[in-house]
This record gives sequence, structure tokens and C-alpha cells, in this order.
Amino acid sequence: MTTQSSAEYEKYYVPEKSKLAVCATLGLVTSTFGAANVMNDMTFGDGTTGSSWGIFLVGLFIFSATLFGWFRMAIKENLAGLNSAQLKKSYVLGMFWFIFSEVMFFLAFFGALFYVRNLVGPWLSGEGDGGRMNHLLWEGFQYAWPMPQTPQEAVGGVANQPIANMGTFQSYEKSMAFSDAAAWYLWLPLWNTIILLSSSVTVHIAHLGLLNGNKSKFNLWLGITVVLGMVFVGLQALEYYEAYAHFGLTLNSGIYGSTFFMLTGFHGFHVLMGMTMLLIQWLRSVRAGHFTADDHFGFEASSWYWHFVDVVWVFLFLFVYIL
Amino acid sequence: MGDHHHGPAKGLSRWLFTTNHKDIGTMYLWFSFAMFILGGAFAMIIRAELFQPGMQLVEPAFFNQMTTLHGLVMVFGAIMPSFVGLANWMIPMMIGAPDMALPRMNNWSFWILPPAFLILASTLFMEGGAPAFGWTFYAPLSTTYAPPSVTFFIFSIHVLGMSSIMGAINIIATVMNMRAPGMTYMKMPLFVWTWLITAFLLVAVMPVLAGAVTMMLMDIHFGTSFFSAAGGGDPVLFQHVFWFFGHPEVYIIILPAFGVVSQIIPTFARKPLFGYDSMVYATASIAFLSFIVWAHHMYTVGMPVAGELFFMYATMLIAVPTGVKVFNWVTTMWRGAMTFETPMLFCMGFLVLFTIGGFTGLMLSIAPADFQYHDSYFVVAHFHYVMVAGAVFSMSAAVYYWLPKWCGKMYSETMGKTHFWISFIGFNITFFPQHFVGLAGMPRRIPDYALQFADFNMMSSIGAFIYGASQILFLYNVIATIVSGKPTDKEKVWEGAEGLEWTVATPAPYHTFERPPAVR
Repeated sequence: MTTQSSAEYEKYYVPEKSKLAVCATLGLVTSTFGAANVMNDMTFGDGTTGSSWGIFLVGLFIFSATLFGWFRMAIKENLAGLNSAQLKKSYVLGMFWFIFSEVMFFLAFFGALFYVRNLVGPWLSGEGDGGRMNHLLWEGFQYAWPMPQTPQEAVGGVANQPIANMGTFQSYEKSMAFSDAAAWYLWLPLWNTIILLSSSVTVHIAHLGLLNGNKSKFNLWLGITVVLGMVFVGLQALEYYEAYAHFGLTLNSGIYGSTFFMLTGFHGFHVLMGMTMLLIQWLRSVRAGHFTADDHFGFEASSWYWHFVDVVWVFLFLFVYIL
Repeated sequence: MGDHHHGPAKGLSRWLFTTNHKDIGTMYLWFSFAMFILGGAFAMIIRAELFQPGMQLVEPAFFNQMTTLHGLVMVFGAIMPSFVGLANWMIPMMIGAPDMALPRMNNWSFWILPPAFLILASTLFMEGGAPAFGWTFYAPLSTTYAPPSVTFFIFSIHVLGMSSIMGAINIIATVMNMRAPGMTYMKMPLFVWTWLITAFLLVAVMPVLAGAVTMMLMDIHFGTSFFSAAGGGDPVLFQHVFWFFGHPEVYIIILPAFGVVSQIIPTFARKPLFGYDSMVYATASIAFLSFIVWAHHMYTVGMPVAGELFFMYATMLIAVPTGVKVFNWVTTMWRGAMTFETPMLFCMGFLVLFTIGGFTGLMLSIAPADFQYHDSYFVVAHFHYVMVAGAVFSMSAAVYYWLPKWCGKMYSETMGKTHFWISFIGFNITFFPQHFVGLAGMPRRIPDYALQFADFNMMSSIGAFIYGASQILFLYNVIATIVSGKPTDKEKVWEGAEGLEWTVATPAPYHTFERPPAVR
């Protein structure tokens, strides 16, 4: 933490008044209002969601366009030399703590997974402190992970109890866990792990290239990273297709399906965001010649984000797929 | 546009498009006061219904909507934004910074709040009514049995969570990066310290709340089973995730209040704060402990005994750093040259009543005893002593303390003191009897009650009306000060006040420190 002395005082750039915040608010609120309407039409209404989708998409467009303009302005200010070293550090801190908040978001879902696997499952099958109700409610339920059968299915068939406000349970035939040692090379999650871990290496090579002033190396390896990200997202989409079409594994497959899809789904969404961020940095570098060896925070922030989704995946691979 | 560096823009655009920390702080403060009035109106409906046993004014379903919205609006709309507003106004002035670190994001984190609450309040007019499952929105009440408006509730929580996270990131970046040369961490005013720690808590737990409501959303609309035992999940899982957010949330509310009190008491005791270092360490300890005590809200839910014991002892441990704080405040006053202007009176009220709330908290922390107290009016009394006499009293103190610096006018001391005494008396008439009805077995969140609770409930309701009326006086006093208060241009409005905010002109100029001030 270096505090600057008064002698080397640089003016901290406080932007003039700006319409960005109000436009972003308009977009955000319109899109969330639309999204809420879509869901309520689906669950509580007659299922026609057309106009609600319209509201959602208009909001999303305003929101995205504003964010695009916002980042554009921040980049232009930096290129115009308005940003003091101190302001740049504010951006660094902002990004760091934003990633920290993302970590805590995933922690909620990992926490739910651990709680369910280590405590709730055994309790529902009659073990331990929480097991007293088993003979009243879920007699005959056997706990295993992945959970082949929900407690409701164990006592009364899948159709007996609706889930929250819609749907019925759907048992799956095959989980995502590693099952066939002979054909390990056909196991998709393994390839996804290799791809995502490699992409962390390639983005680092790109960074090293940039630090040495080698822009063509930077462009090449950053491009490779983006492509790897796209392949990962594509394979995840394929996995979801397999799950729904061939494994019978859906969001309605009890807690195993819930945790599987929510953890991998949010991770996949974050990969998509990180990939978009890196793609934009690549376009900035290739098309507009942005970034120098000592001024490239847009890229550095995106690469931090990329490493973050990578680390989340390592935990996902361990706790969702393997263990 | 030529002189935009010297003063605010004119008209509505000043407020909509501003990047100035004082403008944004002002908007936060007024917005939170509006929400305070709205949440207070809900409380008045609750107390009016409970004035007598039997059903008089509202339907039970509507009563539940009132308790739910009262809690949500007060916690997320009144108390939290009021302290964010205070942080916006004071932190840059206290650490010698030109503004907040990220001014445009600052404006955004304010402006998404009013629409979020508009969505929340609009649920009152939706089919099936507003959320009626309590501000803690336990599953399955909030999932399987929720009204359709729950979806709008979930999204408004998402939006105001984003607001809190962005506000907190801004405060962290400001405190870590914008301190004037020489303003080391251990020279920072305690209000800045408590807010820095609060901001860490916010960044850590608001995303967990987002996770909780997301799981609800998925359970309601997409058929997942997080909170359904039938699918292998667990409704108690909701309580764990919620309280992992919810307990630190309590400290998010009270730590900035501690900071305010630690600024005001030294001023009117005319002595430096006793034990500055230990105050900082105590605040950090409280923040750390807040992460490992969440299940003390759930003793009766059926936890393993080892869990009950762990959470019981960890909770009791919080009394140690809190005790350090109360001791330091009292010792600061020891042999001080004391005067009792309105801010000091509110701090005295805070000190006495918050300590009572702390002690009832200690009682509640004892797991076997909590089996008796749980979900009774004793709990309601406990957390109102902490939230109202703690957070709201210190907020009132802060407004009276810094209002002259903000607008260059003195408030009426007579009216301020009247406000304090009516609030203090009204508050105690409202909430002290609730300890008794709670211990005698009256459950919380009910529209009707057994006859033996009638007298104390009537007292409570009368007290609540008095307390509510005193806030109108507060509003009047603040407006009267701004419009026609006695002008003052003393830099140091209070003779005993210390800190950078008292070295700038009164009223504080639009841009405070164009160049970093010298810090001794």
C-alpha cells in the first residue's frame, strides 16, 4: 500500500455527471420485471409468455447497450490519460472484491451440496439425529449419492407429490458420475477439465507475451483461450442435451439433479461471461491495437475472472463429478 | 458546463446524473427516511390491530403481509441505506478524499434501490397479495405455499443485493485507496473503520442471500428440490443458507451505528475515545464471530446437540468484544467535561438500551432457555432494542450531529431534545412490555392473542403511536433546519469535535478536498 505524498500529487479523476447509471437502472429493472412476469406466466398463469418476454428482452437490450457504452467510456478515459495511478488502483480493488463476491455466491451452492450430501441424505434414510421421522414419512428410503431415487419415489411413486408449484419428480437412468473405467476417454467432464485448465495456461502465456511487448504472441494465445472457452461451453451444452435426452436427468430429478444443474449451470454461465470478456479484449487488441506492456488492466481483470471460473471448475469436477 | 467543478448542476438532472458523493449520500438519506415512514406505517397497522384482542381492523392474511413488509422495508430500505448514505457523505470527508473511489457506480448503486422497493411495494396490489411469510421467508412457506408475488419479491431482493454489493465494493476501494497521505489505517476515525469492516461483511454475505433466493426461484418455477424433503432436499437448508447471510446482516446494521457513537461520545465528553485500538480489534472480532453463529436463530429446528452447543458458545463469545466496546464508551465519558446536546442524548439512549438488547441477546443465546423464548414476543423485544434503540437512535444522533455541517444551519436544540425524550419514552413503552408477554408465551407474528396479554399489548400499541408521532417531529425538525435554521459558518460546529470533516468550511463545499489535506 503506497500512499502518495503531496509532492507527487496527481488529480483523481472524478467523472462529470453521467446518464449511465440511470439508463443501466432502467434496463436492469425492466428486464427483471419482465423475467419475473415470464416465470409467473409459466407457473401461475395460462402459459402464454409472449408480452413478458418482450419486456424482458427490451430491458436486457437497454441494460447491455448501457454497459457496453459504460465500458467504452471507461476505456476512452484511460486512453485519454485521465486515469491517475490511484484511480487505476481503484479499478483493481473493484474487480478483486467483485470476484470475491462471486466466490461467495458459489459458496452458497457448494454449501447446499455438502449439507445435503453429508447430513440431509443420511437423516432422510433414518440415520443419526435427524433420522427420527424416517419411519413416518420416508420409510424404505435408502440414501446413496448420486441419489438414484428421491424419498417421494421410495414411498409413493413419482407422481404423488408435486414439486413446489409445478411438475412432478422424474427419476433418472444415469447420473453424471464417472462410471465406465474401460471407456474413460469417452467421459465428457474429463475433457472439459483438460480444456478449461489448458485455457488458464494459454491466457497466462498471452499475458507473458504482453508483458514482453510481444503483441502477436498475445493475440495468438488470447485467441486460443477464447476458442477453448467456446469449446468448453459447447461441450457443456452437449452434456446437458445428453442429460435431458438420454439420461433422463433433469431439474426435476430431485436434489441430485438440482445441485448438478445449478452448480454446473451457474458455472457455465460464468464461463460464458468470462469468455465474452476475453473476446472483447481480443477484439480490442486486434482491431484497435489497445494494450501495452504496462497498461492493460481490461485484459488483466478478464484473465483474473477466467482463472476464477477455472478454480470453481476444479471444485466442481471434484465434488460434483468425481466424489 | 464551465463551472461544473465548483457547484452542483441545476434541476432534476443534478440528482439523476450526479457523481458527487454528497448528492448521492443525500439521496440515500432521504430515500431511507421515506422507507422508514413506509415501514413505520406498516408497523402502525400491526400495532393498531394488536391494540385489543380479537380481530378488528385487518384480515389475518393482510396482517401477515404487514409483518413481512415491515421487516423487509425497515431492514433493507430504511436502516441499511441510511448508513450507506452516511458513509457516502462522511467517509470521503473523514479520510481526506476528493470523492468516492468509483463515483458513477456509486450513483448506480443508489438508483437501483427505489425501483426495487417499488416492485416490492407493488406486490401489495397483486393477485394473492404481498409476500406473507415473514421477513425471514422460510421455505416451504416462501416456496410451495407462497403467493405468485413471491417472484417479484425474489427479483427485488436480487436488485437491492446488487446495490449493497456495489456500495460495499465502493466503500472498500475508497477506504483502501483514497486516504490522504499520512492517514494510516490506525489513524482512521472509528466510523470509517466500522464501515470498512461492514463492507467486507456485505461483500461476503449478500451473494449468499442471492444464492438463497435463487434456490427458491428454482424450486418455485423450475422444479428443483433444494427445500423439499420429498426430493431429497431439506427446508432447514433454507434456514442455514438464510442465516449464514442473516446473522452477519445484523452486524452490517449495527457496526456503522457503533462507529457513529464512537465519533459522538468523545466530542461531547471532550476527551479522546478510550481504547481506540481495542475498539478496532473488537469490531473485527465481532465481524469474524458473526460468520460462525448463524444457527443460534434455529435452536428449535432440530439440530444435533453438538451443533447446538457449538453455536451457543460461539454466540456467547460475542459478548466479550461487545463488552469491550460498551466499556470503552463508558470510560470515554469518565471524568469528561460532559454536555448533553441532542446527538449526545441519542447516544446515551443508544448506550443504555442497546446494552439491554445485548443482554436479552445473551439470554436468547442459551440454547435450552431459547426453547422457551423462541418465536415469542421476547425475541421481538430483543431485536427492536437492538435495531431501533441501536441502529435508529444512532442514526438520529448522526443526523443531528452532522446536519449543521451538511447544510450550514443549526437545528433547534429544544425540538431535538423533545424528539429524543418522546422517542425514548415511546420506544420503551412499546417494547419493554413485550419482554413480559413474550416470556408469558405470546408468539410473534399473530394478529390475535389470548386475553391475559391484553393490557401489555395496549401499552405497546400506545407506545408505538407515540414513537411513530415523534418521527414526524424529527422530519419537521430536519426540514425546519434546512429551510430556516440559524445559519452557522463555524468550521468546528461542536467545540470538542475532532477529525478532518471539521476542518472544512460549513456548509461543506460541493467538492471537499481537491487536494489531499495534511494529516497529523
